[in-house]
Amino acid sequence: MEWRRSYGRAPKMIHLESNFVQFKEELLPKEGNKALLTFPFLHIYWTECGDTELYKTTVKDDITKWQNVLKAHSSVDWLIVVVESDAKKKNKTNILPRTSIVDKIRNDFCNKQSDRCVVLSDPLKDSSRSQESWNAFLTKLRTLLLMSFTKNLGKFEDDMRTLREKRTEPGWSFCEYFMVQEELAFVFEMLQQFEDALVQYDELDALFSQYVVNFGAGDGANWLTFFCQPVRSWNGLILRKPIDMEKRELIQNQEATLLDLRSYLFSRQCTLLIFLQRPWEVSQRALELLHNCVQELKLLEVSVPPGALDCWVFLSCLEVLQRIEGCCDRAQIEANVSHTVGLWSYATEKLKSLGYLCGLVSEKGPNSEDLNRTVDLLAGLGAERPETANASQSPYKKLKEALSSVEAFEKHYLDLSHATIEMYTNIGRIRSAKLVGKDLAEFYMRKKGPQKAEVYLQGALKTYLAEGWALLVTHTRKQLAECQKQLGQIENYLQTSSLLAGDNHLTEEERKRFCQEILDFANQQAENQAQKVILPMHSFAQLKTLHFDPPNAVVHVGGKLSIELTLLSQMPIPVHVDQVAIHVHFSIEKNSYRKTAEWLTKHKTSNGVITFPNEIPGVSLQRNNLPALELYEMYERSPSDNSLNTAGIICKNVHMLLRRQESSSSLDVPSGLTLEDGAHVLKCNNLTLEPGDNKITFDIQAKEPGTYTLRQLCTSVGKVQFVLLHIYPIVQYDVYSQEPQLKVEPMTESLLAGIPQKVKFTVTTGHYAMKSGDTLQLSNADAMPILYHPESKAVIYSNTREKISESSLRIQSSEKITSISLPVAPAYHVIEFELEVMYLPSATESAVVKENSANKENHRKNKEKQKQDNCMATVDQKVTIDCPWSIYSTIIALTFCIPFNAKHSLLSAGKRKYVQVCVQNLSELCFQLSDYSLKNSAECTDLQLVPLNPASQQVMYSKQSIFFVWELKWTKELPLSLQCLFSVSFCPATSEEQSLTLKPFTYGFQVENFFTLYHVKTEIFPPLDAEYCKTGSLCSLEVSITRLVELSEVDRDEALTESDGYCTTKLMYEVVDNSSNWAVCGKSSGVISMPVAPRATHKVHMEVMPLFAGYLPFPDVRLFKYLPHHSAHSMQLDADSWIENDNLSVDKNVDDQADSSSIRSRGSLHSTASGEHKGLPMPRLQPFSPGQVFNSSTGMQILVIPSKDDHVLEVNVT
Amino acid sequence: MAVCIAVIAKENYPLYIRSVPTENELKFHYTVHTSLDVVDEKISAMGKALVDQRELYLGLLYPTEDYKVYGYVTNSKVKFVMVVDSSNTALRDNEIRSMFRKLHNSYTDIMCNPFYNPGDRIHSRAFDTMVNSMMMQVC
Repeated sequence: MEWRRSYGRAPKMIHLESNFVQFKEELLPKEGNKALLTFPFLHIYWTECGDTELYKTTVKDDITKWQNVLKAHSSVDWLIVVVESDAKKKNKTNILPRTSIVDKIRNDFCNKQSDRCVVLSDPLKDSSRSQESWNAFLTKLRTLLLMSFTKNLGKFEDDMRTLREKRTEPGWSFCEYFMVQEELAFVFEMLQQFEDALVQYDELDALFSQYVVNFGAGDGANWLTFFCQPVRSWNGLILRKPIDMEKRELIQNQEATLLDLRSYLFSRQCTLLIFLQRPWEVSQRALELLHNCVQELKLLEVSVPPGALDCWVFLSCLEVLQRIEGCCDRAQIEANVSHTVGLWSYATEKLKSLGYLCGLVSEKGPNSEDLNRTVDLLAGLGAERPETANASQSPYKKLKEALSSVEAFEKHYLDLSHATIEMYTNIGRIRSAKLVGKDLAEFYMRKKGPQKAEVYLQGALKTYLAEGWALLVTHTRKQLAECQKQLGQIENYLQTSSLLAGDNHLTEEERKRFCQEILDFANQQAENQAQKVILPMHSFAQLKTLHFDPPNAVVHVGGKLSIELTLLSQMPIPVHVDQVAIHVHFSIEKNSYRKTAEWLTKHKTSNGVITFPNEIPGVSLQRNNLPALELYEMYERSPSDNSLNTAGIICKNVHMLLRRQESSSSLDVPSGLTLEDGAHVLKCNNLTLEPGDNKITFDIQAKEPGTYTLRQLCTSVGKVQFVLLHIYPIVQYDVYSQEPQLKVEPMTESLLAGIPQKVKFTVTTGHYAMKSGDTLQLSNADAMPILYHPESKAVIYSNTREKISESSLRIQSSEKITSISLPVAPAYHVIEFELEVMYLPSATESAVVKENSANKENHRKNKEKQKQDNCMATVDQKVTIDCPWSIYSTIIALTFCIPFNAKHSLLSAGKRKYVQVCVQNLSELCFQLSDYSLKNSAECTDLQLVPLNPASQQVMYSKQSIFFVWELKWTKELPLSLQCLFSVSFCPATSEEQSLTLKPFTYGFQVENFFTLYHVKTEIFPPLDAEYCKTGSLCSLEVSITRLVELSEVDRDEALTESDGYCTTKLMYEVVDNSSNWAVCGKSSGVISMPVAPRATHKVHMEVMPLFAGYLPFPDVRLFKYLPHHSAHSMQLDADSWIENDNLSVDKNVDDQADSSSIRSRGSLHSTASGEHKGLPMPRLQPFSPGQVFNSSTGMQILVIPSKDDHVLEVNVT
Repeated sequence: MAVCIAVIAKENYPLYIRSVPTENELKFHYTVHTSLDVVDEKISAMGKALVDQRELYLGLLYPTEDYKVYGYVTNSKVKFVMVVDSSNTALRDNEIRSMFRKLHNSYTDIMCNPFYNPGDRIHSRAFDTMVNSMMMQVC
């Protein structure tokens, strides 16, 4: 039947059950009746009357009377059913339908509600008509019934609400209201609207809770005091029956206690929830209910005998669990353990507290007081319910049995605990499981079963340790210590004790107690002395820092090293320690670089303090123990084209990270890893470790060279040894042994030749101790005298560069040997002293030879090199030194640089000749130059060099050049070549002392073919009709070449003797304009024949055209010797001179690079050409030496004016 | 209000735990530690949900006879656990929620402190004061 309700509630299909009861006036509800279930919803009047007369006489009155009764009870839900039978109808066919009984009844009673009358025809006949009428009747019946139901329900709800609104009035009783609302719930239940029924109960629940809360807040309702009566019965929830009539009655009679009410309420909720297929909600609500009840009883200050509530809760838990088990299959239960496990653990907890209460947990069993209490508790349970009396297992039986004896209790408690732990573990609530396990352990401890307790304690401890809960760790350890003590696990107990003694979560007294435990054990005079107990160090003390002295932890053989440990003692009291030992691993290191003094001096950064990672004692989390990830980038490139193939990240310490986590540290004291080889142990005896930081110093006398790694730290207290198995980070010290060494190095960046400079001698003594009389013997070299000052000192440093002493140096020089007597110095020290040395470019010839020999090949190279980096020429000077510690001589090479570079050039002016020498200072120093001179080495008296230099002294700054010029004067005929020697004295400009006799700088060179043979003069004339040259117009160029001297030796070879007696030479001229100022028209070069006679002049004319306006330099005119092909004999010579000349020409044109390069290229072209045609009769060109041709018009310029009709204007922007 | 407030790191070790001084501290430690079971359960149940829409408040973790334990988890899986006396019925969900929010804000302030290393125990006066204020408001 579809049920539509007011207030927009969704229509529902309901099943409404109804009872038909014979009408009695007494059954009609009185005003204020609240029973809804027995409420008459619809009144039906049945009549079979077919006779009008009969109707008029009796039936009508009867109906009227009925109606009046109904009206009096204000019931408007009625129905009149007229049953017709065919038989009767047939008799009355003449009767008009209008006047049928039905109509009459309708007329009489149903004035407006014609539907209140139904005709049922022939109900007993199986005809279609009767069927129809039945249907119509039933439909009507249903509709009306539902209408009435709805109306009455609404009215009921309204009444209920009104009643609820009255709750603040003094006389209001919760129980009454409870019954009313429950009625509604029943109705809903009847309608199978369990959800709605549940809502009713929930509302009641909430209302009650609210009252309790209000009561707690001081706003007490009268009726509530009733619920505050002492609890006398605690027989738990009863969930087996749908309605616990017993309790309901109590409530109805207002005799229920709080527990009764709650129990009843919950049992109803439970029933409905199970109808609704929500058993898990039952368990959840049950837990809430139980907690709530306990709270409410407390809040209402209800007096409860001790243990009563525990009984109630325990019974209730089990009841709920059994109820749920009863309605679900096994798989379902297992899948929903998480919902029920709370109840299990709650029951366990309660049973435990009951057990403690009743003295069932103690070792001795319950005493009489306990027994009395037990009896009282059992009395409160009442008799077992009839429903469960026959069942083999019921909460009631269980509790009764558990409380009956110690053994039974143990059995039940263990069962419950194990079940709970298992459930918790299964659903992954490890922590809860451990907590229950701990309770169990406590139980075992009470029962004197430490071996069973230990497992649980260890398990719990592991969990707490892993998650770093310090307080829990401490507490559990305390229990564990007790347990281990009982078990006699000495080692474990001591370890736990040591952890506890160092645990600052404990009180001072407790810590002291545990510490004393250890000390007591340690000081026991045990017969078996060899057996020592080894415990890990970290609980006892913590290694904080380690300090080396010397700080770099490197010491030479025989040296002293001290290690200072800072040990943080965790013990609460001072502990006397027999011995602190460090076990050291010794290895001979292959790579001995670390052990040298050099390394020592270079690596001075560390201050010698190694700090160990600070781990929290006892609560060292495992995550902290993991090393940090060491990640590196990785690229893999293809070998062929170096393109990137793969890129990635590598973890370098995978083996550390992916290692299996070590199980509980307390259990794995590795007995194997005790004391390593006894050979290398650092010891420190009889100490007292105060609480807090302690400093322990170890002194080491270094013996064998090698690397010593500190591995283990061991502290012995009587029989107990605390061992730190690994000292991490790795701590090492090195012992080295070193051979004596001598090192000689200049004080400045480079040594300069010619001036005295300081050289530092460093003697590293190594293992050799300098005795008095030990000398260094230096072999003297002429070119490098060793200068010394009597006041020069030797300084002795220690290995760590600390100055130790200073002593004067005694130096004795003989002809061949300079011996330096070294001061007395112990091994592994450094002696330093300085000596002055000077390199003398021993003789002039050496320089000249060097210059000359290098000249041909190197000159050009040098030149270019100097142009690039101005590097100085160097000279190596070797010194042989005999050292006292070795039978072999040490050869040391010192490199000196020659600070100057000199160049010369020949300058000419007509016939006059000048020699220029350019001296360049390549060094960083400034020098003072004096006494410069240029001498002709050949004994040539008719030749004079007239100096044109101003001052006699000149300061020459770094990287500066100074030029000197001499005029060459001669009286007689000139020699072909001139050997010159330039010399200049120099001394450092800064040094005051002039006492030293420094050798002058010399430079030898040779000038050849310097005499002027030809004079070339160039002239440009404007066109005849013009005053000036103009651009674009042709001008005439006149070159006149004049021979100045007679046939001389210089050009004898080239001169051609002609038949008529005088000689001629062939010259080639060439007019070149490199700067493209001029266009040379016509032949720009030609060969002329020149008579070999003074004043012989040859003039050449040609046309040139200026291309630009302005002052234009003249085009160059060049002269070459034009050699006929016949001179095969001079081939060799020519080749040489060719190169030489070329060089010279380059020299001349140094400042005009473009020019020179063009010439050179030309020259080389010619030379290759000549080389190729060596065998062929070809004329050759040969340039003149510089100075042989004097061009008087070099540098002349001529004014060119622009032509007026210049249309093209070229603008060059550069 | 609250009787114990704990901040627990992602790795389930306590960053901060403080309880009413009058009561047994150890008991609260056990309670909070055990409650982590339920927190883990709830987080893993929530794990599938979208991260940004996730509700940080975990609600009542579990009630015991005397206390109610509420949980809250930040996006960085730092857990806040608050233990409330069961008898204190005036505390509704909304109040608990707002207390957690306050706690979270204060915790965020700590994290913003450049001198605080995430993962270290919390030693902050401001945080202490805030927690104290939450525990002191006894109704």
